[in-house]
Amino acid sequence: MLRRSLQFALGRDVLGRGLGTHRGGSTLDWNGKMSEIKKKIQSVLPGGAWTQLHDTSYLPPEHSDVYSQASTVLSVGGIRQQFSVPENIQLSLFSIDFLRNINEYLAVVDDPPLDIQFNPSGYLLLASEKGAAVLESNVRVQRQEGAKVCLMSPEQLRNKFPWINPEGVALASYGMEHEGWFDPWSLLQGLRRKVQSMGVLFCQGEVTRFVSSSNHAETPSGEEVTLKRVHEVHVKIDHSLEYQPVECAIVINAAGAWSGQIAELAGVGKGPPGTLQGTKLPVEPRKRYVYLWNCPQGPGLETPFVIDASGAYFRREGLGNNYLGGCSPTEEEEPDPENLEVDHEFFQDKVWPPLAQRVPAFESLKVRSAWAGYYDYNTFDQNGVVGPHPLVVNMYFATGFSGHGLQQAPAVGRAVAEMVLHGNFQTINLSPFLFNRFHLGEKVHEHNII
Amino acid sequence: MAPVWNQGTRGIHGLSKAVAPEDSQRKGRSLLQFLADHFYDVQALREYLLRKQVLKVHQKNRPFTHIKERFGPHAAGAYFILKQGGAVKFQGKEWIRPNTRGRFSLDFLKFPEVPVEAVDASGSAINYHGLDNLLALKELQSLWLRHCPHVDDWCLSRLHSLANSLQELSLAGCPRISERGLACLHHLQNLRRLDISDLPAVSNPGLTQILVEEMLPNCEVLGADWTQGLRLGPEEQSRDTASPIPA
Repeated sequence: MLRRSLQFALGRDVLGRGLGTHRGGSTLDWNGKMSEIKKKIQSVLPGGAWTQLHDTSYLPPEHSDVYSQASTVLSVGGIRQQFSVPENIQLSLFSIDFLRNINEYLAVVDDPPLDIQFNPSGYLLLASEKGAAVLESNVRVQRQEGAKVCLMSPEQLRNKFPWINPEGVALASYGMEHEGWFDPWSLLQGLRRKVQSMGVLFCQGEVTRFVSSSNHAETPSGEEVTLKRVHEVHVKIDHSLEYQPVECAIVINAAGAWSGQIAELAGVGKGPPGTLQGTKLPVEPRKRYVYLWNCPQGPGLETPFVIDASGAYFRREGLGNNYLGGCSPTEEEEPDPENLEVDHEFFQDKVWPPLAQRVPAFESLKVRSAWAGYYDYNTFDQNGVVGPHPLVVNMYFATGFSGHGLQQAPAVGRAVAEMVLHGNFQTINLSPFLFNRFHLGEKVHEHNII
Repeated sequence: MAPVWNQGTRGIHGLSKAVAPEDSQRKGRSLLQFLADHFYDVQALREYLLRKQVLKVHQKNRPFTHIKERFGPHAAGAYFILKQGGAVKFQGKEWIRPNTRGRFSLDFLKFPEVPVEAVDASGSAINYHGLDNLLALKELQSLWLRHCPHVDDWCLSRLHSLANSLQELSLAGCPRISERGLACLHHLQNLRRLDISDLPAVSNPGLTQILVEEMLPNCEVLGADWTQGLRLGPEEQSRDTASPIPA
């Protein structure tokens, strides 16, 4: 009773929002309705690069750790506002705000505060002659949305960062604030801890089946459509043939690289091609490599996250002159996403030459380790899919972010929560990212995909 | 290493374990923790008190927009600092400090065009939002932020707007600043004196000082003695400079 009166009295919390607007929204109302939905909702953490906490992939039974292949923990951990689509910029700004105040959002009594180890060093995007005009217009859009980005000429680049070789660079954009990189694992653990303290139950297993019911309805033009509703999810327990049927009111597909497979299980895309029923979720896993090398004469403490015009990128890691970097392969060179084996030849042929040309100090370096992770790659337009499916009525998507899921995850979580609870987007309007665009063919093309 | 945040109310707030090592959380469950685990009301009360404390810091850092509109950014910034208990020096004038009862003279409001030259906000509750008031002081030359419990890496990333004028900066004793925030200081090209001593959150003070000195070649960096990392034997030394590689 005291608790309810306190929560009523508190009303607006520190940053002027209502009580129930913490992430996930499960403390919204303390009446019975909410707690029932809580029991029934599959507990998920929305966010493009995050696996659903029910292990949804077709992993062999040996992988008992749910997060071993999750894109989040294998991510390089960068966050930037330098996108071309305004919604992406807004998502990223919201997320950086969340990360800055993470100890107010995710505070759990008696637990130590989170340290996500944020490096506010900013991003530096380099563009050649060809890309300079696009870069400039992008920076204009970013400034309009409130990002703190400045343009630099090759001369200014050489003055500010003497270790860069500005040959071939026509223009550079440098993010001064709100950009950098952080530790994704601590963010994940912080969210789990907070969500567990609010009463959410976690289960581990593999989703093998959706049981749904259908309903027929007529559109205004007289066409008949079949609306489906998912009632049960069969979760197969690890190392056994048993499965647990989980009754659910809402399913949120945040399965990262495996979202396409999960969507197929739920019946998305089963129909004649060209129709809404036949539109599949175009998210597939794409393998990306990250290499860690040591270069004693390399760039100093002020190094931002540098993205070269060729697509190769690198950033500092720690105090010991270690650097993380990689490059996205072209469409023809896409590696087989069957496993997470690393191809070291790729570093020698595609990553090292452009970086060594850009930063002469990198001509002598020593690769210490490497790993691979998946992008939940949206083959349609490389931007996220957020929101409900028009036909499978209670399935919501939060996936397809193609490499920038981690930095948009808190904002997307907020968006999905608003969609589930209110039926529309309130903080950031993500209607360009709805599922419908695949059927209507409206691409939201993002230029700055790494 | 005493937790700086909750000096008044140690027992109630969970965040008092901020800088305590892992095992001290395990042993010695106090009565309050026990009660909080078993009674929802006590837990709600603790959460409420925790939130109230955070709210208090935000209240201290609120912007003084009406002063800014009427008297200009310099006066607003000065008023903000004096309200926090800090000291302000205007160009050509003496230091203004609040007295022991927290009151200060409002004479500076008569000269709104005179820029602020130096600010001493040591020990105040200034945080990321409160820094708005300081960043408007475009001719600030010296800034002292010693022992500020809420100044962290995010705040340092905002200081780039003072790059044209700032010559002296002191961050000694701030518990939340780490080497990641210090990396942002490279924007401050006019900096001549930087004090980064006694920063508990910096993982390797000696190495950090060397890297900061390399980053700011025209600046005199006061900090940990670089031999601090070398007081161990030669094997320890080589392990010190190669930082652990994350998985």
